[in-house]
Amino acid sequence: MRKIAKALLSRPEISALVMLIVVVAGFQIWAPTFLSQGNLRVILGIAPELGLAALGVAILMISGEFDLSVGSVFALTPMLIVVLIGKAGIGPWPAMAIGLAFASLIGLFNGWVTLTFNIPSFVTTLGMLFIARSFTLVLSGGFPPPFPPGMPVDVFVVSLGLIRASLLWYLGVALVLFFFLQRSNFGNWIFATGGSGQAASDMGINTRRVKMICFMLCSVLAGFAGIIQTLRLKASLPSLGLGLELEAIAAAVIGGCLLTGGVGSVVGAIIGALLIRSIDNGLIMARVDADYFKASIGALTIIAVILNTYIRRRASNIRG
Amino acid sequence: MASDTRAAVPLIKTVNLHKWYKGVHALKGVNLELGYNQVIGLVGDNGAGKSTLIKILSGAHQQDEGEIHFEGKLVRLSSPRTAMALGIETIYQYTAMVPQMSIARNIFIGREPVRLRIGGLGLLDHAKMAEESIRAIRGVELHLRSPDTPVDELSGGERQGVAIARAMYFKTKVLILDEPTNHLSVKETNKVLSFVEGLKSQGITSIFITHNLHHVYPISDRIVVMARGEKIADLDKAETSIEHLTELIV
Repeated sequence: MRKIAKALLSRPEISALVMLIVVVAGFQIWAPTFLSQGNLRVILGIAPELGLAALGVAILMISGEFDLSVGSVFALTPMLIVVLIGKAGIGPWPAMAIGLAFASLIGLFNGWVTLTFNIPSFVTTLGMLFIARSFTLVLSGGFPPPFPPGMPVDVFVVSLGLIRASLLWYLGVALVLFFFLQRSNFGNWIFATGGSGQAASDMGINTRRVKMICFMLCSVLAGFAGIIQTLRLKASLPSLGLGLELEAIAAAVIGGCLLTGGVGSVVGAIIGALLIRSIDNGLIMARVDADYFKASIGALTIIAVILNTYIRRRASNIRG
Repeated sequence: MASDTRAAVPLIKTVNLHKWYKGVHALKGVNLELGYNQVIGLVGDNGAGKSTLIKILSGAHQQDEGEIHFEGKLVRLSSPRTAMALGIETIYQYTAMVPQMSIARNIFIGREPVRLRIGGLGLLDHAKMAEESIRAIRGVELHLRSPDTPVDELSGGERQGVAIARAMYFKTKVLILDEPTNHLSVKETNKVLSFVEGLKSQGITSIFITHNLHHVYPISDRIVVMARGEKIADLDKAETSIEHLTELIV
């Protein structure tokens, strides 16, 4: 019994899961249409976009680094793709490949600058937040460019009854990342690098390479999420993903990621993103002034971290 | 016969090792020979060059001049991985373990048993990791609850025990211990000292770095004293005493 309790409480995502249940139950009581099929379709239709970005942010955070530029990369990647198709006449698929490759280069740059000059990634990616956003505006020329015809909208966001295709992409990516982070040897190096970089490198782990790969993964996922939102909206807006970086960090932290690295999980990041999207939507369903959304997310983040810290301490006090 | 040839060639031999850090001459021509199945105490005051020497032997830093021979062969220890592959393992003072990770995951950092290997990547073989880590821990007579226990729930002495178990599991030939008894209680210290003493019977040579002579003297076969980047004494235990060594250091 104690062993089970300990194993359960040791999961980083446990408090997020409890909060998700409480929030969903609360909204269902407050606004009985919350769990209706129509509303679930709304939540599940948009959750993958934040969710994908949050996965990258969470894995990078576990490796001990930050990315504040995901919101801007979320906008820049689809903007680049749309402009490549519209102005350079490149086909949609090659353009998407180029867009994602470019996103990975942004991650590479973030990582290279951070690790080579030994500066906080907070600073590097804060700079990149402005740079990538600025390039997005430059590329768009001030107006949202026309959405090109022949984009693979169906492949990524077609409506399949209760869900959109994007949810399947999200779950697929999450499944791969789950094995990558929590079941592979590389995942063990990510946890070791974030938990104690010195110990990891003493044991022969190339912590620099581990972090670089996490930076690149984070940017690629943000770019992919931006592509999905662009396909759903059928418009490439230069203002896409404003503030998304903070939501993604909040999702990761709510899901049990430790800001200092070394702790976190894929399932936690998923629950964190679902929680944020549920609150966003639930407040509307409950006819609360939408301006309270940010206050709720803020309160939720703080409560989640307090809970996580408390639970972690309790778990380690149980002798299993 | 075999043991005769082994005795003729030292396990590790360093020839005239030099190291400069930003103009500071941290190591000034150190010659050292380590034999098999020994505990060597490496002592000296702060800044004597002890940690520079062990960082070079562990592959974390590289010498600017001089040679290292391992089992009679000239080697270049270009990374911790190279040193570990030869059988030189190092337990650093604070950083031997990743606290948030389980004992099993810690033991196998960087050397995880994997299934479905593609290139350097693969899925962790959890069953093997759990089984083998229990066996490794038993080898140092540590009795821990479960291989899934996070290391930050262990006491300082238990952590050092796990680190030593890790080194023994990977068939280390030389174990370098950097101040392994710092910040440990008396009881924990004695435990670590008995771990180190037990290494000899496993055929492992250990280099025990400390500035506490009372810890290292009782279990050492030989004591090497360093000061200002040089080796100033290299004595069999029988030739010396704690008082004599204290005089040398200060």
